[in-house]
Amino acid sequence: MSVPAQFEFFVDPNRCIGCQSCVAACSECDTHKGHSMIHLQYVQRPISVQTVPVVCMHCDSPTCAEVCPADAIKRTDDGVVQTARKPRCIACNNCVLACPFGVPKMEVEYSLMMKCDMCYDRTSVGSKPMCASVCPSGALYYGTRQEIERARPRSEPVNQFRFGNQLITTKVNMMVPRDSGIQHIDVTAAMHEEAVNPAGMLENVFDEIG
Amino acid sequence: MATLPKEQDVLIDAYGPHLNRMEGLQLDTGVQPDKVVNTHCCFCGQQCGIQLKVKDNAVIGFEPWYAFPFNKGMLCPKGVKRYLQGSHPDRLVTALERDPSSDTGFRPIAYDEAIRKVAAAIERIQSTYGPNAFGVLSGASLTTEKAYLMGKFARVCLKTKYIDYNGRLCMVSAGAANKKAFGIDRAANPWSDILNAEVVVIAGSNTAECAPITTNYVWQARENGGKVIVVDPRITPIARTADVFLPVKPGRDVALFNGILQLMIENDWLDHDFIENHTVGFEAVAEHVKQWTPKRTAEVTGVAEKSIRQAAELWGQAKTSFLMHARGIEHHSHGVENCLSTINIVLASGRIGREFCAYGTVVGQGNGQGGREHGQKCDQLPGWRDIGNTAHREYIAGVWGVKPEEIPEAGVDCYEMMRKIDAGEIKGLLNICFNPKVSLPDNAFVTRALGKLEFFTVIDFFLSETAQHADIVLPGSLHEEDEGVVAQVEGRVIKINKAVDPPGDAKEDWRVIQDIAAALGRTHGMTFNTPREIFDELRVASKGGVADYFGITYEKIEANNGICWPCPSEDHPGTPRLFEPDSWNPIAKGAGPFYFPDGKARFNVAAYRPPAEDVDEEYPVILTTGRVVSQFLSGTQTRRIGPLVDQYPEPRIEIHPKLAAKYGIADGDLVTAESRRGDVTLKAQVVTTIRPDTIFIPYHWPGRKSANQLTIAAQDPVSKIPEYKVCAVRIRKA
Repeated sequence: MSVPAQFEFFVDPNRCIGCQSCVAACSECDTHKGHSMIHLQYVQRPISVQTVPVVCMHCDSPTCAEVCPADAIKRTDDGVVQTARKPRCIACNNCVLACPFGVPKMEVEYSLMMKCDMCYDRTSVGSKPMCASVCPSGALYYGTRQEIERARPRSEPVNQFRFGNQLITTKVNMMVPRDSGIQHIDVTAAMHEEAVNPAGMLENVFDEIG
Repeated sequence: MATLPKEQDVLIDAYGPHLNRMEGLQLDTGVQPDKVVNTHCCFCGQQCGIQLKVKDNAVIGFEPWYAFPFNKGMLCPKGVKRYLQGSHPDRLVTALERDPSSDTGFRPIAYDEAIRKVAAAIERIQSTYGPNAFGVLSGASLTTEKAYLMGKFARVCLKTKYIDYNGRLCMVSAGAANKKAFGIDRAANPWSDILNAEVVVIAGSNTAECAPITTNYVWQARENGGKVIVVDPRITPIARTADVFLPVKPGRDVALFNGILQLMIENDWLDHDFIENHTVGFEAVAEHVKQWTPKRTAEVTGVAEKSIRQAAELWGQAKTSFLMHARGIEHHSHGVENCLSTINIVLASGRIGREFCAYGTVVGQGNGQGGREHGQKCDQLPGWRDIGNTAHREYIAGVWGVKPEEIPEAGVDCYEMMRKIDAGEIKGLLNICFNPKVSLPDNAFVTRALGKLEFFTVIDFFLSETAQHADIVLPGSLHEEDEGVVAQVEGRVIKINKAVDPPGDAKEDWRVIQDIAAALGRTHGMTFNTPREIFDELRVASKGGVADYFGITYEKIEANNGICWPCPSEDHPGTPRLFEPDSWNPIAKGAGPFYFPDGKARFNVAAYRPPAEDVDEEYPVILTTGRVVSQFLSGTQTRRIGPLVDQYPEPRIEIHPKLAAKYGIADGDLVTAESRRGDVTLKAQVVTTIRPDTIFIPYHWPGRKSANQLTIAAQDPVSKIPEYKVCAVRIRKA
């Protein structure tokens, strides 16, 4: 049982509507039933409803595993970084602190690090992860690269990230708009009379319409 | 007197809402379900397909139904956690009788005894005061079979004219406008027509939170090059990346769409052939909108003139488009005009009745469409027939085996029924699938009215805030405990399948209704043995009507993942897209695509009127209300599901920093908002995503957290929808 190579996971924050369907569905996954491993956060709610879902990026060289003093975190041959192995995990929290994406969670109740394992019970038998199955906006997508390139020509998948001097290559892709611009506006920007222009916001985004 | 038998907190302790969370088999990863049932979500009008996992007559979880084409496994958080409403500690498993001497205000009684008491009370009230002294309130989350049965029960069994339903708070403005303009009330196009529309207009729809899976269709249209125009006083998640965002001042939608039409005319962005051949009334509308210059439109709507021009330019020059609207423009004392003003710009563009040329309203309730078609509205008979029409009465009287004159005349809308209860004209009430104490505006009045009833009975699965007032509560059925059809947002008739049996003494709602009829000794036409038998009669009752279901069968639905009405015969494939040249139309009979004898659509002058209660010096801030993604309507179900409550535990007041600064309000501060009818104190959420002249409060909560303590009971004169979306309030730091 392993995750088929042609299926990939794509995160497309541009589409996220913050509904938390992924959070709800994550706790239905059989590998960590009752516990939601996905993170979903507002970027800056005072000025935007933008939210971003964060699943485990499943790094080629996982920092979490590299810093683990108990060698409890394993990456299977299909590229999935698994939850810490219970007999080995010493709940030291190193992985939680080290992960550049902020993914692992320390479940104090079990003295165990738990994290997204891409619904290994489902994906390893050819099904789709719970979060990417239910996501009603397509912000989380699980399928082939051909499918996503055909369906979403405005964005491109990226799987290399730089944190300081560390370059990380991941199994999970982020969809990045090919022509991105500033998206946050104050309602007053589109109102009659009352335009205000707080720092960092466009006075009127509609200038961008081509 | 249907006042509360005990203090609210005593009732809540006993009957909830308590929070249900995953436990037992729901957390067991090794368990094999006895069966997996293909059905649909119990909540909104999208009616996403879902598979329920059943073990030992309990729903223990779900699996995405990837093969159902509308949502392909997608669900919102309500759909994901919907199964937690089953096996719930608050579930009513016996009948209850009001008993102020008991610790909980009610005592369990035998089901048969409860039915006898309900029948005796109906008999007493009707023999003392006349048949119309007993009324019925129903709902659009019921299956279409049950909705049909409720209309028949009121007219044939109770012989009362007073029946109405909670779709009055939902679909009626769109329905009335659709009937005036097109002669038929249904989304004109399937949702697949969103995908390649060049322009998608979303007016007054918080799509991402209230119809979440429609988001994917809209985003896909954008991937395909489409532009999105959003009309809303708030930047909701669907508006965040809009190409044009029009933050309309609540209550000014007519002005906005008239202004856009004026720019279309000025720039000759019109389909003259379509207007000439397929419509009537354009000249009068064109004359009327002359006054809506961009400058005046901007002044009235509070939207930048430049943005209005950009929207008109995009809309005017598009080759294809999909215009959708929802409660944001419909919940107004001029809700019908708001809808008509959007239909006018659709007709002027000629973009309807073809692939990717589309118009539709986003229904709210699970059966918001089907529940408004077959006779539980106060003025309607099955098949969208009119209770005032002699021929329609004769046809339905024939189906029901009664004389036409025995069918009562039209009654009144549900809010007017509350006024009639308050005035002492309606003395007894049966309520199902409706929580008016939370969902109706100015709910202090509703509470007072309910308290005046001589007898009140409620059929429900939980003791809702309304059911707390009942003399007798009858345990009905949850969505997964019965079968039947619903019509989802596209007018697609789909099948709800039974997953489990009702627990304890609870029964399927249609059995409860028929048990009351039997106890009354009025069994004529109320002896169905299965939902299928009800459906088969409904098919005949709808035959020849506009909402024709005659050709739809359970088998055909299952085989085709749903059938869109009208479907006049068993060999007819149904009608996913209305107004196509060759589509079946019993009114025009070939004269044209629209449902009038001449086959032509109607332009209607939509005159601007301000809201019933505008702001003034005393109440200077606009209040608008709506939903959040994790709750549904009055919350009877969703306020009992732990993970959904965790997501957004209580209502907050959304307020722009500019307005907040004026009152010294910081994020998280307690703020009191007060209208002429009531007040509410909640935490502030200070955000730049709302107009500075407007505050927003979601309405899912009861009692002192209820937004409907403040809202106004002003209603549209035609549709009778209440004006939830705008009233005047004042605010202060609490």
